Amino acid sequence: MAFGEQSPVGKGARAQASKTQAQMAKPPELPLVGAGHDNKSVTEEISGVVFGKTPLWWFGALAVSGAVMVMMLYAIIYLLFTGTGVWGLNIPVGWGFAIINFVWWIGIGHAGTLISAILLLLNQSWRTSINRFAEAMTLFAVACAGLFPILHTGRPWLAVYWLLPYPNTMGLWPQFRSPLIWDVFAVSTYFTISLLFWYVGLVPDLAAMRDRAKNRLAAKVYGVFSLGWRGSAAHWHNYESLYLLLAGISTPLVLSVHTVVSFDFSVGQLPGWHATIFPPYFVAGAIYAGFAMVLLLAIPLRVMFKLQDFITLRHLENMGKVTLATGMIVAYGYLVEVFMAFYSGNQYEAFMILNRITGPYQVQWWLLLLCNALAPQVLWVKSWRRSPLVLFLVSIVVSIGMWLERFIIVVTSLHRDFLPSSWGMYAGTKWDWALYIGTMGMFLTLFFLFIRFVPMISIFEMRTIVPDRKNLDEAPKGGA
Amino acid sequence: MAQLFSRGANAFARSSLIVGISLAVGTLLLAMKLDRSPAQTDEGVVLAQPVPFSHDHHTAVLGISCGYCHTSVEKSAFAGLPPTQTCMNCHKQIWKDSPMLEPVRASFRDNEPIQWNRVYDLPDFVYFNHSIHVAKGVGCETCHGPVNEMPLLYQAVSLQMNWCLDCHRNPEKYVRPKDEVYNMDWEWDPSLDPIEEGLKLVQEYDIKPQDTCSTCHR
Repeated sequence: MAFGEQSPVGKGARAQASKTQAQMAKPPELPLVGAGHDNKSVTEEISGVVFGKTPLWWFGALAVSGAVMVMMLYAIIYLLFTGTGVWGLNIPVGWGFAIINFVWWIGIGHAGTLISAILLLLNQSWRTSINRFAEAMTLFAVACAGLFPILHTGRPWLAVYWLLPYPNTMGLWPQFRSPLIWDVFAVSTYFTISLLFWYVGLVPDLAAMRDRAKNRLAAKVYGVFSLGWRGSAAHWHNYESLYLLLAGISTPLVLSVHTVVSFDFSVGQLPGWHATIFPPYFVAGAIYAGFAMVLLLAIPLRVMFKLQDFITLRHLENMGKVTLATGMIVAYGYLVEVFMAFYSGNQYEAFMILNRITGPYQVQWWLLLLCNALAPQVLWVKSWRRSPLVLFLVSIVVSIGMWLERFIIVVTSLHRDFLPSSWGMYAGTKWDWALYIGTMGMFLTLFFLFIRFVPMISIFEMRTIVPDRKNLDEAPKGGA
Repeated sequence: MAQLFSRGANAFARSSLIVGISLAVGTLLLAMKLDRSPAQTDEGVVLAQPVPFSHDHHTAVLGISCGYCHTSVEKSAFAGLPPTQTCMNCHKQIWKDSPMLEPVRASFRDNEPIQWNRVYDLPDFVYFNHSIHVAKGVGCETCHGPVNEMPLLYQAVSLQMNWCLDCHRNPEKYVRPKDEVYNMDWEWDPSLDPIEEGLKLVQEYDIKPQDTCSTCHR
């Protein structure tokens, strides 16, 4: 008898289960699990993705994303040997792709934390099948994000003392009054907590993998990482306390990290940056972009690995709703920006907005409105919200839109300096693009490795919601 | 099925926590320690010189003042190394046949300066000016140590940036009355509070040391 096979349900999970039952009884809700599943079939199907034969497409996908990652490495090596002059950055636009891509990637990570922490604390049982890979997405996205500011320093090997406070022989400390150093703390805390949260949540599943592994080496590797988990009541007790604690720590991070990122801009006294709406507007944008990315990953995954029973239309629909809601907040942010520019009576603010609407980057600005404010409106229609194809397309459009948003914020405020003699234009060079697209290769490479070696859906948490499905199937029609 | 791990695996896992953390912290501490050690800074390291010139003998025993040889210390960035003629002022008469002094005589004969090895060698990206420090009451001894007790000269301090900044940020700890700059044995009167007296001097001499980057990295 393998210990990892046992699935004692903790107190919290049981309360969560009974609450879900009440929700599930309402007829219009779609089920969270496909019909006919029990504990055994859940475990077998999810661990089967790892233990089954590697599908051919996986090798192809890994090869392509790996090749793109190699392009990124080449772009980094060329950058380090030549200098940041290979990028399109110059005065007046000293912050180009480096910060645009940083904010874009960091924002994407936020959905993972929101799903795993906030939805857990709010007892939203639909988080269960998507939290694991959304958390992995967070980690990989933050890793991609971190590359940009570090490379932007030009000499990353010296960046240790530029970024981290430690007693050095130069008697120097970072500038603690700068939001850039707050960023270092915010992002490194975020990464650490996300990693811990993800790993702690994995431990019971790794033990299940250990017990199911046919290969002795695989069993040993899973065994080391499952930290001696035997599924005893004491283990579950410790696990539940720690997981809730980490959820509590992560929850403020969902709000604080992108707030600090927005300070990078709003602390600077520049029209288009120096606005009090920035923190909430950035946080909403981050969750917006993040859910778009979760959808982008989930929709192909459920088809390729036949996981439609676990990542159901209900999950997709709920994520569509979050996307729509955060999209509306972001659209409100755009509205407030335009309003405040004129309400402030400040000629530079007014010029900044007019320049966005009619200036050299007007195409990007109008595209951004189209992508971020208009496109998600299709999600008001229930049948479209439940269509994976529509959701997939909207997610692509939103991801592009959120990148354009950061482009507009960074570039339009900088390229029209206060003195017309200092005006300039900005465009990324081929090295900018190689690095940006390359990080997508790194992200996907890490993600493909993740789905091959780690159960991408939380097995033991899925088991906690299986009984609800059974009750639903056995309940008389018309509600419990 | 046989057990995956042996009985000792738990002890190994637990001890790896302690060992891992100690290794990580220890490596960092060791690196920081090495960075501050003479191997890195040359603090206290005696350099071989063409002539084993003793500052101890010439200043403490013979009573020659610093400025007799280092003539430009009050006027220029560089304190100045004496020309061979300065040595020969005396060594034409005393120890004139000493084999140890042959490089000095050779230099005088051939009109070729002696190639001393620089003990206080600041990096080229650092600007330093002796005259302003002397003019504001920084004693020779403050940076060069007890030169009057050095038979062979060595670097008395680390010359690391935090050493420079310590004085630039807290000059009151290091200034002395201007007329005591060359005095190697000077100390504040024990009945006085040195920091308070230092602050008075900082006020009186209008000492405003900068600690911006471009003060030294010009």
